[in-house]
Amino acid sequence: MRITIKLFATFRIGRFAEVTRDYPAGTRIADIIGELHIPEKEVGMIMLNNRHAEPDQELHDGDSLALFPLVGGG
Amino acid sequence: MTERILRINMTTLSSAFEEVPAEWQGLGGRALTSTIVAKEVPPTCHPLGKHNKLVFAPGLLAGTPAAQSGRLSAGAKSPLTGTIKESNAGGTAAQSLARMRIKALIIEGAPTEDRFYGIRINKDDVTISEETELVGTGNYEVIKTLIKRIGQKVGVLAIGPVGEMRMSAANISVRDPDGNIRSHGRGGLGAVMGAKRVKYIAIDDTGGAGVEVKDPEKFKTAARAFAKAILEHPVSGEGLPTYGTNVLVNVLNEAGGLPTKNFRYGQFEGHDKISGETMRETIIQRGGKPKHGCHAGCIIQCSQVYCDKEGEYVTSGFEYETIWGIGANCCIDDLDIIAQADRVMDDIGIDSIESAVIMGVAMEADIIPFGDGPGVLKLLEEIRQGTPLGRILGNGAAAVGRAYGLTRVPVVKGQGIPAYDPRSVKGIGITYATSTQGADHTMGYAVATNILKVGGFIDPLKKEGQVELSRNLQIATAAIDSTGLCLFVAFPALDIPETMTAIIDMLNARYGTALVGDDVIALGKRVLKTEHAFNLAAGFTSADDRLPEFFEDDPCPPLNSTWTFTGEEIDEFWNF
Ligand code: SF4
Repeated sequence: MRITIKLFATFRIGRFAEVTRDYPAGTRIADIIGELHIPEKEVGMIMLNNRHAEPDQELHDGDSLALFPLVGGG
Repeated sequence: MTERILRINMTTLSSAFEEVPAEWQGLGGRALTSTIVAKEVPPTCHPLGKHNKLVFAPGLLAGTPAAQSGRLSAGAKSPLTGTIKESNAGGTAAQSLARMRIKALIIEGAPTEDRFYGIRINKDDVTISEETELVGTGNYEVIKTLIKRIGQKVGVLAIGPVGEMRMSAANISVRDPDGNIRSHGRGGLGAVMGAKRVKYIAIDDTGGAGVEVKDPEKFKTAARAFAKAILEHPVSGEGLPTYGTNVLVNVLNEAGGLPTKNFRYGQFEGHDKISGETMRETIIQRGGKPKHGCHAGCIIQCSQVYCDKEGEYVTSGFEYETIWGIGANCCIDDLDIIAQADRVMDDIGIDSIESAVIMGVAMEADIIPFGDGPGVLKLLEEIRQGTPLGRILGNGAAAVGRAYGLTRVPVVKGQGIPAYDPRSVKGIGITYATSTQGADHTMGYAVATNILKVGGFIDPLKKEGQVELSRNLQIATAAIDSTGLCLFVAFPALDIPETMTAIIDMLNARYGTALVGDDVIALGKRVLKTEHAFNLAAGFTSADDRLPEFFEDDPCPPLNSTWTFTGEEIDEFWNF
């Protein structure tokens, strides 16, 4: 299945801003976080198709996954 | 020497230092400005008339070595909203006033003749003199001239041409340590200053007695714990200094809550070009400063210095709300044009958030097309000149909407809705609706818990828990705004319990009091209730605590969310 992964803020450093890749069925968000060597505790926000998501959620073909470190402003 | 109230009467052009009345003793910042306005300003008065008063108050911790403690509150009845108003800003003025033991500065009355004045405050005397040279000039020139006239360290509060012309979106500028500009942005307080015919207030704290800390040892320990919590939290310790507040462009875009094309959509195609990530790269490439503090003692440093392609200074304090507003909201994906607009807005003295909403509505009205960056600069020039169109624009988004017969006008109580779509971030919608000051995200920043997952998580798309969240945040914010601490201390405060303890310890060490957490909450509640009572007496009702109806009728793509709160549900807010 095709998954688009978007990284933001410091997560981009040494990685990428956006890629679309193939993953086997059953891949969870946590698997991708692990593959990218992002320590799970550094993950502030996970957005799956524009909604907040949790690491143990399974992905589906065509999903768009966005990962942010803890950031803020206002 | 004890603390004093400085009262300046612009009808008689006189001034007096007064004792601080007992009931104002424990107050500072917003608690003090709102208490004074509520006590001394008739709620039904004309905001630009002689009965309104403009009050400045440093926060309770101003002038101490505490990190983040240099914010100044300004209050009055707002010409933009007709409600009570408090707006706070960084810069050097709060610390200078505190060092001279001036707990509040009240400007009242108004001259009968159309002349402008400059006020100069020294430790024991005040001079009010007619100003001719600087009338009509922008804030950058005012600050430069006053530094030349008075000295390198002079503190400045000033209005630009927009304030002189008493337009409802006018702000008050405060010089920062580098001679650049921070602003009391929201609510048109610059028009109140203009109505009092005060072009500037120059503050020279030479020889000031300094702030008295009752228990310096205890203060030091608490201040250290406070600074530690700030630097430990990922948002205040790393996120804000690295990307500034503009990191939010991409966050809100992902969450479908980045208001685009005058609140038509929740995502903007050009988001990456105006994002915090791109901005940081651009700043570093051009030799600007990616982090910078708006006052001495700021260790978070969310501000920055943005330069043009030639490496020349353009603007600082270049914030998410401005970039969202002139950017996504106006469909402009060019950071350089947005930065230029930011500089012009600072210079002419107009609130950048209101201006952003004004420009969106002006595009809705087809005065200029969406995406027209040079057009925005042209309209800002009309405002500076005070042309008839410029005056309609300078009186706020609601005025433009009325003049052009529009319904898609994103305002609450006449004040422009900032950078978070209430349909996709429902908690902030409750804050817009219920805030005592019109739509203002800083009054109860539910975005933290709805989107950023700071202080827990409440689903932004559901109604459950939003009213309570906004209420708790508005109470806490009213208290923090009274300490004079920059609101960004709320990020560590929401997650690290020692932060609040340290703030209370600092207050107790400073004043020799024995406050506990509940006292601080009680102070926050009292401030909100005082402000609410003023508004009710000014003629507001719960029917004013509502969002514009297009948020109920028009779904916001990509989530296609709508605003579904009933009036009854919103009114629950005031049950405390
Ligand atoms: S964090 Fe930003 S707003 Fe707060 S005091 Fe520092 S520069 Fe000013």
